[in-house]
Amino acid sequence: MGLHAYLALAALVFAIGLFGVLTRRNAIGILLGIELMLNAVNINLVAFARFHGDVAGVVFTLFTIAITVAEVGVGLAIVIAIFRVRKTVEADHLTLLRG
Amino acid sequence: MTPVTLALAVPALPLAAFVLLALVPPLRRTGRPAGIVSIAAMAAALVAALRLWTLAWAREARTVTATWPWIPGDGGPMATVGVMVDELSAAMLVLVTLVALLVQVYSLAYLAEEPPPALGRYYAYQSLFAVSMLGLVLAPGFLQMFVFWELVGLCSYLLIGFWYDRPSAARAAVKAFWITRLGDVGFIIGIVMLWGATGTFEFGPLFAMAAERTLPTAAMPAIMTLIWLGAVGKSAQFPLHVWLPDAMEGPTPVSALIHAATMVTAGVFLVTRAMPLFATVPDVLALIGWVGAFTALLAATMACVEADIKRVLAYSTVSQLGYMMAAAGAGAADAGFFHLLTHGVFKALLFLGAGAVIHAVGTNDIFRMGGLFRALPQTGIVFVVGTLALAGVWPLAGFFSKEAVLAGVWERGMTVSFAMLALTAFLTAFYMFRVVFVAFFGRPHPTPDPHGHQHAHDAPPLMAVPLWVLAALTVALGLRFALGGGGGEHHGPAWLAPLSLALAAAGFALAWAEYQRRAIDPARVAAALRPIDAAARNRYGLDALYAGVYRAAVLGFSRVIGWIDRYLVDGLLNLLSAWTLRGGDRLRRLQSGRAQDYVYAVAFGVLVLLVWMQLLA
Repeated sequence: MGLHAYLALAALVFAIGLFGVLTRRNAIGILLGIELMLNAVNINLVAFARFHGDVAGVVFTLFTIAITVAEVGVGLAIVIAIFRVRKTVEADHLTLLRG
Repeated sequence: MTPVTLALAVPALPLAAFVLLALVPPLRRTGRPAGIVSIAAMAAALVAALRLWTLAWAREARTVTATWPWIPGDGGPMATVGVMVDELSAAMLVLVTLVALLVQVYSLAYLAEEPPPALGRYYAYQSLFAVSMLGLVLAPGFLQMFVFWELVGLCSYLLIGFWYDRPSAARAAVKAFWITRLGDVGFIIGIVMLWGATGTFEFGPLFAMAAERTLPTAAMPAIMTLIWLGAVGKSAQFPLHVWLPDAMEGPTPVSALIHAATMVTAGVFLVTRAMPLFATVPDVLALIGWVGAFTALLAATMACVEADIKRVLAYSTVSQLGYMMAAAGAGAADAGFFHLLTHGVFKALLFLGAGAVIHAVGTNDIFRMGGLFRALPQTGIVFVVGTLALAGVWPLAGFFSKEAVLAGVWERGMTVSFAMLALTAFLTAFYMFRVVFVAFFGRPHPTPDPHGHQHAHDAPPLMAVPLWVLAALTVALGLRFALGGGGGEHHGPAWLAPLSLALAAAGFALAWAEYQRRAIDPARVAAALRPIDAAARNRYGLDALYAGVYRAAVLGFSRVIGWIDRYLVDGLLNLLSAWTLRGGDRLRRLQSGRAQDYVYAVAFGVLVLLVWMQLLA
């Protein structure tokens, strides 16, 4: 299989993740979408590292995974904090920043 | 000292006093000492002026001019400053310094109740006025004359508005300033046009051109008419005379100095000074003569119906200025100038006398006076002397100058002007004796003022001395001409002197019959002359006309500007701000507060950018 197949897979995963972010109403679902998008990027990085014979891409991926974990940790903490105050995690109802 | 040094010293002395008073506020705020500084400078200036006059007399009409470059230009200065001394300016210097000195002494007593800072301010203005007037008189060219001309206008404004907390005084000051400014616009345009046509502002070269007939004849009538307009404004000629009666809102000594003896005569002085130029345009001279004669008659009729003693004198001043202008217009400028000098003395006397009366009884209305001769014998005597001089009774000064004017006009063959001036002479005697009989003789007013007649007494010495000096001068000048002849070369036909005496006597008789003997009821006379009487009481509608024109023109224009400001300027801004508000309101709705919408916008934006890149690349 060539590089293009990996890139196509990554694009597909990214698109699915974006769709999830845009359409899910539950905040946790949105976080899951973000995870998918980040992992699509990881696929890209690993694929390029493999086909170009450059380890740097793999190193980047490791960093990304670490940061993703932290992001999910913070994100879930925020969701829990919001739930405690508002008794909901529906994104449609969280419109305090409306102009 | 040389004539030039003396001539420079005359305006320099009051200038020093003015600078001292203007720059040293502690001195100015002391009041009386400030006045004494000003008076001392004026007295020294009078001595210098007298010395200069005797020199000018001895040199027999030789002109001394000294100039210094002022505005630089290609090939020599464009304009100069300096002094021009001849008999004309020397005589005028003596008149100005003399009357200014007496008025300043008189003011010390007249304005004694003013707070000291106000008195100091008054003397600072007085000194500035003296500088300006003397600079005007000495000017060797039109440009310098114009600068000082405007300065005297400024001083007139400041002194009319001396009691600036009185609305009527403030209004009168502004009115005087604007109406004279109307004439001055013509004056400056005329000067500049004359410069454009001849390349010089100086009298010397201009007179030489006039003598050699090298003036640009086509432009001269327009130029000289414009220059004369300045004189019309300053010397209160019809139709710009309306400011002078209102100027009586100022303190009476100011009226005596500025609005009778000196400043208002600046216009006559200008015409006399520039006579060689005016002489080249006979049509303009004729116009000057006609307007002068008309002004004399018009103002005299208004003086006949006025009840305010100062306003009677103001209209009388307008009338006499018309006399001088009529003489100038008839080519007898020397007669006009002669009348200017004698009039300056006895009109200052009359005004200061009126001031003493007002000081004593606290009202300007002659019908609320009456029988004052007994209470104020000294004032009464000097006022009667001034009245006789103004009415032109032999052997007082006014008789000779008035006769010279009439003779000059007659010699020129201007019969209609002569008739108008003769009628004016009759009216002059009538309205002056009307004031004398009503105010000084006759029954005391039945309801005197609270602080009125019972306490009315003659003026304090500081006021009485200037009055007596002026009265003595009026008599002495007259006797000098009566005994020594002279008084100019205009004597006219033999019947002229009896005629003018008869006119004065007729005016006297009518006033006596109406107001003293009460043989004729003034109301019946007024009824018989109903149209003229009513028109004169309304001041011939001129004030109303000016007010109407002012309302129509200025207020109409203001309304248009107001509309433009309200609806165009403000409207545009309001429209802009409304659009901004509405636009902001629309844009606000983009901020939905839902995080997903923002992500959607970002994703869509990136997509657009990607597509755009693909299409362009």
